[in-house]
Amino acid sequence: MNALIIAKRDLASYLQGYSAYIIIAALLLGNGVFFHAFALGAESARYSHEVLENFFYLCWGFSVATAVLLTMRSLADEHALGTEVLLRTSIVSDGEIVVGKWLAAMGMVTLYAVLTLHMPLLIFVNGKVSLAHLMVGYLGVILGGGTASALGVFCSALFRNQLAAGIIGGLLAIYMSVIAWMLADTTNPPFNDVIAYTAIFNQHFVPFMEGRIAMSSIVYQGSLTALFLLLASYILHTRRWE
Amino acid sequence: MIQVRDLTRYYGEFAALQDVSFELKEGEIIGLLGLNGAGKSTTLMILAGLLAPSSGSVQIDGTDLANHPELRARIGFLTESPPLYTEMTVTSFLRHIGRMKGMSNDKINARLPEVIRLADLAGREHQVIGTLSHGYKKRVGIAQAIIHDPKLVILDEPISGLDPAQIVEMRKVVKGLGEKHAVIISSHILSEVSQTCDRILVIGNGRLVAQGTEAELMARSGENARLVITVRGDQAAFTEWLDKSERIVSVVSKDVADGLARALVEMEGDQREDLLLEIAKAGFGLRLVEDPQDELEEIFLGLTHQEAA
Repeated sequence: MNALIIAKRDLASYLQGYSAYIIIAALLLGNGVFFHAFALGAESARYSHEVLENFFYLCWGFSVATAVLLTMRSLADEHALGTEVLLRTSIVSDGEIVVGKWLAAMGMVTLYAVLTLHMPLLIFVNGKVSLAHLMVGYLGVILGGGTASALGVFCSALFRNQLAAGIIGGLLAIYMSVIAWMLADTTNPPFNDVIAYTAIFNQHFVPFMEGRIAMSSIVYQGSLTALFLLLASYILHTRRWE
Repeated sequence: MIQVRDLTRYYGEFAALQDVSFELKEGEIIGLLGLNGAGKSTTLMILAGLLAPSSGSVQIDGTDLANHPELRARIGFLTESPPLYTEMTVTSFLRHIGRMKGMSNDKINARLPEVIRLADLAGREHQVIGTLSHGYKKRVGIAQAIIHDPKLVILDEPISGLDPAQIVEMRKVVKGLGEKHAVIISSHILSEVSQTCDRILVIGNGRLVAQGTEAELMARSGENARLVITVRGDQAAFTEWLDKSERIVSVVSKDVADGLARALVEMEGDQREDLLLEIAKAGFGLRLVEDPQDELEEIFLGLTHQEAA
């Protein structure tokens, strides 16, 4: 319940400021341009579900970027502005603070996802896709955004400087999205299996992109999200002993 | 009753605070004085629940703050630079803080008018905090510290950055808080603390060096009372009269234009009231009486040197 108090204020702060709008607008523009160029603009004819898969491929990446860019300031900003005193002298626990920050970021990631909805709807102009595929794909996007938001909140707690949090969070997100996938292909067993397991996009989003719900991927991303939030909460707790 | 027992805090190997103990009763205002690095901020942060002590305890009505984080709802804290969400309006911010302190909406609604009155924020309730002057931001900072009607209010340098008119208003606010809450104020300005506080705690090198009223501290430090006095009259005559006074230890004359005379006087012990009465009786028109600005440092140094010896 206390986490909702934090989430409500943070969400209002995102919506009242201009930076969240700039980030979302810029990423929506990029997402739209790439969607037009690579998903809609293919020279050969393709099935509608292939175009939708391409859309989710792009949408997942831009949603992760949205999450990292928005959350890099979540706790670092509180430290820079001195308002972390308000949080840490309240009865809201460190865990609730972290969850509240994550929920607010999730609200914005969801908003981003909703604002991309017109792109898959364009597919209906010349084709037809399953509504279930659409919903499962968006579930994957939200899961990826959730994990990236938790990663961003963790980095924001760790570094106390939003630029450092953004850079490290971005690098980790790139590793989990692309680098781990590529590394897994070029390393030998058993390391390739371990690395491949950390490749969120390749291992855990592709099924959603194709319209299949993978419970193992839901559990994996849920666990990773919980781990990042627990680590962020632990960092806040240890600050009382620094 | 707030009881601080043997509070010790280490930053790595460095002992920022060692065995600090004191008590604070409801309705009492105490001032925490100390030079930079003395341990004031560490003390305040532990009292506010922001830092955990290495050893010792802060108890509110017999319950240890470290083991009961819910007790933070009974503490209000204003840092030197008020912590504010500047995009919010005054009331929406205070509502948010109230909720973070565990208040229901009904309780917040009932409490808000009194807090607005106590912090003297009438007419600013719906203004965005970022558009307020520094003085009003400080008041909003005080309002957030008392919205939940805490038992203990902690104010770190509440008058810093305020203009003279705002300082007078802030004194009233702090005095008003002292009627219902236990208040602890950190300040570098002795005269400010002596005007507002019932008791003064002096911290030096992480230890509680002394506590008492201003006069008690002066007596303990061996410091004589000093005043800068400005009167209407002739400078030479005023200096001559001061030289003859048995209360005065030393006089340093300072020239003032337009028929005013000014001198820095030092007397044995605290005889300030008697001296001023005699000056008035002697026919000098009293225009201004000031505390010398360096007095705090001298008392601090005196007390901390005594402690070190």
